[in-house]
This record gives sequence, structure tokens and C-alpha cells, in this order.
Amino acid sequence: MISHLRTMWLVFIHLFHKKVTIEYPEERAPLAARWRGRIVLTKDPDGGERCVGCYLCAAACPVDCIALQATEDEDGRRYPAFFRINFSRCIFCGYCEEACPTYAIQLIPDFEMGEYKRQDLVYEKEDLLIDSQGKYPGYNFYNVAGLDAGVKEKGKGSNEEEPVDIKSLLP
Amino acid sequence: MTVMQHIWIVLGVLFVFLNIAAGLIWVERRLLALWQDRLGPNRAGPLGLFIVLADTLKLFFKEDWIPPFADKLVFIVAPAIVVASVLMGLAVIPFAPGIVVADLNVGLLFFLAMSSLGAYSIVLGGWASNNKYSLLGALRGASQMIAYEVFMGLSLMGVVMLSGSFNLTTIVTAQQHVWFVVTQPVGFIIFFIAGIAETHRLPFDIPEAESELIAGFHAEYSGMKFGMFFIGEYLGISLISAMTVTMFFGGWLGPGFLPPVVWFFLKTFVFIALFILLRASLPRPRYDQLLGYGWKILLPLVLVNLLVTGAIALWLRS
Repeated sequence: MISHLRTMWLVFIHLFHKKVTIEYPEERAPLAARWRGRIVLTKDPDGGERCVGCYLCAAACPVDCIALQATEDEDGRRYPAFFRINFSRCIFCGYCEEACPTYAIQLIPDFEMGEYKRQDLVYEKEDLLIDSQGKYPGYNFYNVAGLDAGVKEKGKGSNEEEPVDIKSLLP
Repeated sequence: MTVMQHIWIVLGVLFVFLNIAAGLIWVERRLLALWQDRLGPNRAGPLGLFIVLADTLKLFFKEDWIPPFADKLVFIVAPAIVVASVLMGLAVIPFAPGIVVADLNVGLLFFLAMSSLGAYSIVLGGWASNNKYSLLGALRGASQMIAYEVFMGLSLMGVVMLSGSFNLTTIVTAQQHVWFVVTQPVGFIIFFIAGIAETHRLPFDIPEAESELIAGFHAEYSGMKFGMFFIGEYLGISLISAMTVTMFFGGWLGPGFLPPVVWFFLKTFVFIALFILLRASLPRPRYDQLLGYGWKILLPLVLVNLLVTGAIALWLRS
């Protein structure tokens, strides 16, 4: 009986405790820097698309919500002709980000993606591309890749030496 | 008193108590939330009060489904019984001098009879549902009600002895000098415990017991029929709180700076809040614990209380 009354008293004084509720639209809980939210496609420092259309994200996706079609421009640079993510399917697992060899696809701390129509949850490339380098500023895939795709000439990239002239005897 | 005045009082009591019962949806959710360090519904309307409207509308638009295996007539009648019996019980409670629907000379017995009739609603509802969980809930409800009714009545007999009347108005006026909670503390505690069991509120919500019996006797109910059980429960809380105030806390009596009705409802709300606090704080006992507690502890205790009260009353008179 005493313990019951004590319990009731302890519960009652919770009336004056600080409330844990965060009143969402007015107040927001801080999101972690690595929060896995809305998926974006980032760009190179020089403004080119990072995505090279390798399909690794689509292959890694456990719910098959990513669809894309790779194509090439006249310089031989690969890019996606279309890139489509169905966010009504996406489970925000981040495997696509882990799989991406060019840091193009990234998950950002944003979860406010509510829509009135289901079809509006299907994001096309225009919706996904952002004018930012995301989490890897300064990274340019075609600058470190061996291929000359219009970004740099052969041997001019970072961590790359000029090609050796095998016909010359000079050191 | 003229006929019109009687009708106005009846309508007023109906209006006030049905609104209290509906408002308790909000009160309970807010208070529970506050005691759990949350805020509770605070969006719809001022302070979230329109949650009552939203809930009611939702209940109205729910499909009113009667299971094909149910006993249709009884299934429909059961939820009405609880509301009707509790509203009948409210008829004898004096809210202020002269404001009472029926000033019966056996008002207390009428109240006890009506609160007993409420048990039918649980038994019939659970039985007509034709579902094993509902039936278990109904069985539990029946035995719990019978067990706790016994000393609910007996716990009030001390008050009756002291005031010498079954008439609730007389009982209130007998508390002019000292409230019966002072002279009958054991009676008050036992009556309140029995009241919780009678309204099958937590922690004594054994007939419902959502963690064991899903929802017990009203598992099959939906829509406004469920709403009737819901409102019946809140009306029951109001009735028991009002009754506690009338019997032990001097009814409408109080310092003169507030009108008697205000005193009555202030006191009643304290007990309604206490009901909700009980829900927030105490876990549900096991079924056999509840019955054992009732028959082995509370019944002897109330009989001893009656004996001592009777002895003192006789001694004072001689």
C-alpha cells in the first residue's frame, strides 16, 4: 500500500518535469551529419556530373528503387541518360552511396519528403542533381581516372605521370 | 418545484455529464501525457481541445460492424446498458441545494443498484460477441463486479449509520461540521478502491486487460457501439467521483466565496484526476490477486469498520 502511494506520488511529480516532446514543425531535433535521408547526385568542382552510369548503385539497391541508363558524350565521358529513384520504395539503407565509385550518389540529412501523390515520390535526374560537391569537396573522378574524357589530357591528372616516350634514350 | 424546472435540471445534468465524459477524452490523454513527460494532444483547437470532436467524428465514420457469429440483439443492447445505468445513477446525486434530478429517500440504494446493473453490459457484451477473449473478459467482469459490489455497499453503510439516512441530500447536510472522510477514513479508501473496480478502470481493468485479452469484452465492438462503452467508462468515472465527493467530502459544501455547484465539480475533478493518476502509475494485478485482495482483505476490513462504527455510534447515543 505504501509503495503504491509512493509510486503514485512519484508519477504525479512528473507533472513538473521537463517534457521530452519536441514540437516538430516549430522545433526540430538536430539531425546527425551522417543521417541517411534524401538521396542526391553531386557534381564535380568544375560543375560536371559525377555519375558515370556504372549501375553499381542499382545493383546494390536491395529494393531495386534505382533505375538509370548510361550513355556517353562525344569526349567519351559516361553519364546517365536518365536517373530515376522511386522514393516510395527506397529504404534509405545507404548501400548505393557505399557502392558508388565516384562519390556521385549521396544521402543527406533531409527527411521531409511528404507528397500528396504517390507518383510525385519518383524523382528524376533533374530532381536529384544538386549544384554541390556534397561530402567530398574537391574530388573529381575524371581527374584521377586514367581516361581522357575531356577533363584532362593523358598524363595530366593528379597522381599521374606523363607517359614515357619509349623511343627516347634520354633519362 | 414546477415541471419545467425538473425538466431543465434533467437536461442540465445530462448535458453537463455527457460533456464531461466527452471532455475526459482530452483530459485523460493530456494528463497521462504530462505524467509520462510528454505533452499530449495540443494541436487541434485551443490546447488541443478539439481532439474530442475529432475522436467523435472518427467514431461516427467508423464502420459499425456486427460480427456474423454474434447474438445480434444482445450485441446491440449491451453498450446502451452501461451508459443508461450510469446516467440513472447520476439522477440521485445532489449537485447543490435543490439541484438534484430525483431526491429519493433511498438514493444511496438506488445508486448501488444502478452501478450493479452496469455489470450486465459487460457480461452481455462479452457473451453476445461469441468470442473466447470477450467471453473471458465478461466472466472476469462478472466476478469482479460481484466481489467488489459487496463491500462497495458495506463501505458506505458507515456513512449511513452516522447520518442516519439513505437520502444523499441528508448525507451531504450531515457533513456540515465535519466531512465523513475524517470519521470514516477506512470506508472512504475501500469505497474508492471498490469504485475503481466497479468502473473497471486501471489498475483494475481486468475485463479489458488489453495485454492479455486484447480488449476483453468489447473486442468485437467498433464505431459508435465501442464509443458507448468508452463514454460509459468515462461516465462511470464521473459517477464514482461525484459519489465519493457526496459521501465523504461534503458534496457541495465549501467556503462561501464560490457557489456550491462549483465546489461540487471542483472536488469531483480532483477525484477524476486521481482516477487518471492511478491509470498512469499502477500496474494491473493478476486476476486471482484482485479477487483474493477483495474477499480476503477488503471484506473483513469493511466488516470491522462497520462493527467499530456501529459500536461508536451506539456509545455516542447512550
